[in-house]
Amino acid sequence: MKIPGAGLAKGLAVTMRTMTRRSVTGQYPDVKPELPPRSRGVIALLEENCTVCMLCARECPDWCIYIDSHKETIPAPPGGRERQRNVLDRFDIDFSLCMYCGICIEVCPFDALFWSPEFEYAELDIRDLTHGKERLGEWMATVPPPPAHDDSGVRPKELESAAAALAKAAAGAGSERPSRHRRDKAAAEPGAPAAAAPEPAEEPAVDALAVEAVEDVETPPTGRRALGGVVWAPEEDER
Amino acid sequence: MTEALEVVLRIVLVLGVFLVVPLLVGQTEHKAMAHMQSRLGPMYAGGFHGWAQLVADGVKFAQKEDIVPAAADRTVFKLAPAVALIPYLVVLVAIPVAPDWVGHDLDAGLFFVLAVMGVGVLGSLMAGWASANKFSLLGGLRSAAQLMAYELPFILAAASVAMAAGTLSLPGIVEAWEPWWLLWQLPGAVVFFAAGLAELQRPPFDMPVADSEIIFGAYTEYTGLRFALFLLAEYAGIVVLSALTAVLFLGGWRGPFVDAVPAIGVVWTLVKTMALAFVVIWLRVAYPRLREDQLQRLAWQGLVPLALGQLALTGVVAVVVA
Repeated sequence: MKIPGAGLAKGLAVTMRTMTRRSVTGQYPDVKPELPPRSRGVIALLEENCTVCMLCARECPDWCIYIDSHKETIPAPPGGRERQRNVLDRFDIDFSLCMYCGICIEVCPFDALFWSPEFEYAELDIRDLTHGKERLGEWMATVPPPPAHDDSGVRPKELESAAAALAKAAAGAGSERPSRHRRDKAAAEPGAPAAAAPEPAEEPAVDALAVEAVEDVETPPTGRRALGGVVWAPEEDER
Repeated sequence: MTEALEVVLRIVLVLGVFLVVPLLVGQTEHKAMAHMQSRLGPMYAGGFHGWAQLVADGVKFAQKEDIVPAAADRTVFKLAPAVALIPYLVVLVAIPVAPDWVGHDLDAGLFFVLAVMGVGVLGSLMAGWASANKFSLLGGLRSAAQLMAYELPFILAAASVAMAAGTLSLPGIVEAWEPWWLLWQLPGAVVFFAAGLAELQRPPFDMPVADSEIIFGAYTEYTGLRFALFLLAEYAGIVVLSALTAVLFLGGWRGPFVDAVPAIGVVWTLVKTMALAFVVIWLRVAYPRLREDQLQRLAWQGLVPLALGQLALTGVVAVVVA
C-alpha cells in the first residue's frame, strides 16, 4: 500500500542527505583542477624534434598551423660530404582556429608535438591567441609523462619484435658480449616494464644536433629524462 | 519621559530585529540551498564563507538606477514596496519573544497579526497593476487569487489555537500552551504553515512570480532599492511566519530553564523561529512549483476541509477537557 505523503518525505530526505555530504564544486582559481594526463589543454612543441616535414600543417583540418623554415648546410666532416638540414624559423599555432582534434600530434612522425593539460592561456584579443614556437616550447615543461602500459593489455609489437630479435641474437652469439645478456633477460621477461628494454638501445640515436637545440629552449632542461629519444619534462609546474 | 524612552527603545529593538534576522535567513538560504544542491554558495564576500554576501547585494542594489516605466502609475508604483514591507514590521511588534517581552501586548493580538499580514499581499497587487506590464498584471492577479484561497485556511487554523487557549492575545496563547498541544494542533499547524507559505508566495507556492512563464510576476519592472525592498519583504515574511507558527503551535518562548531565567525565552523563540525558517528553505529546495489549478485545488479541497476538521476537533477536545 502506498502511504500518502511518502513521496514528499522522500524528496525532503534527498535534499537533506545531499546537504550533509561534501559538495562537488571545484574551487577553481583557489584550487587547481586535477586533470587526467591525457587532457587536451594546449599543444606543446619540442622544437629539436621537428624536421619541418609539414605533415602537421597539411593534416590540420582548419589550417591553423603556420610553418616557415630554411635550409642550412652542415660543413663536411673530414672524409665526408656536406649535408643539409631544415631549420625551423616559425612554428605558429592559432588557437582561435584550433579545434583540439589532436590530428597534428597523431600525425607527427618525430614526436615533436604533445598534448599538455595547461589551459590558462586566455587572451583579451583574438589575435593574441596565435602562439609561436617559443611559447609552444615553454609548454613542453607541463607535458606529463605518458601513462604506463596496461600489464594485462596486448604488448606493443615493437617490444615483441625486439624481444624476439634479442632472444635470437643471444642463442646465436653465445657468451660473446656478457653485457648484452643482461638486457636480453630483462626484455624477454613478460613482466618487465614496458619501455625499459629499448630505452638504452636507442639512447645513442638521439641526435647531437637535437641535444644542442635543447639548450636553445628558454626553459632550462634541468631534471628532464630521456625516454626513447624523447625528452620528458618533470611533472611539477615551473610557473 | 521614561515611558517615551521605553517606547523608543522597543521600536529600535524591533527595527533591529527586523533588519538583521531576515538577512540571517537570507544567508542561511544561500548556504543551505547551495549545499542541498551539492554546491558551495557564496564563498568570497566578507572573507569567511561569504558571510557578507547579502551586505554586498544591498550595496549593489543601492547603486542601481531606479527606473519607473513611462506608462506606469507612478505614485502607486513607488508606494508598492513600502506597502509590501511595512506590514511585516508592524506584525513583529505584537510577537512575544520571552515572558513579558513583547513589543506591544495587544488584547486581540492574533486578530491584529492576521489582519496586518493580509495587507502585505496588497503590495504585490499594487505593483502588478501599476507596472503597466502584462506579466506584472498576471503576477499580481495570481497573487490576489492565492491570497483569496489561502487566507481562509490560514485564519481557520489560527482560530483553532485561539479556541484551544481561550484567548486572542499572543502572550496569552503562549502562557496557555502545553506540550501535548503539539499532537492535538498538528493538522492545524501544518495547514497554518502551508497557507502562510502560499501567502508569502514562497516555493512551492510561487506561481505569482513563476520566472519561467511570467518573468518575475508583479516585480518584473522593479529595479534597485525598490526591488531590494520586495526581496526584504519576502525574507521578513519568512521570519514573521516562522515566529508566528512558533508562537501559536510550538509554544513560543516556552522551554527548559525559562522559569529560572526568563531571558532564556528569547533563545527558545529564536531557535524555534530559525528552525521553521530552515524548513521554509528546505521545502523550497525539495519541491517543484505547483501549477495554478493544483494550487487552488490544494487550498479549497485540501487545506480548508483540514482546517475545518481541526476546528471541530479543537472544539470537542476543549469541551471534554473542560
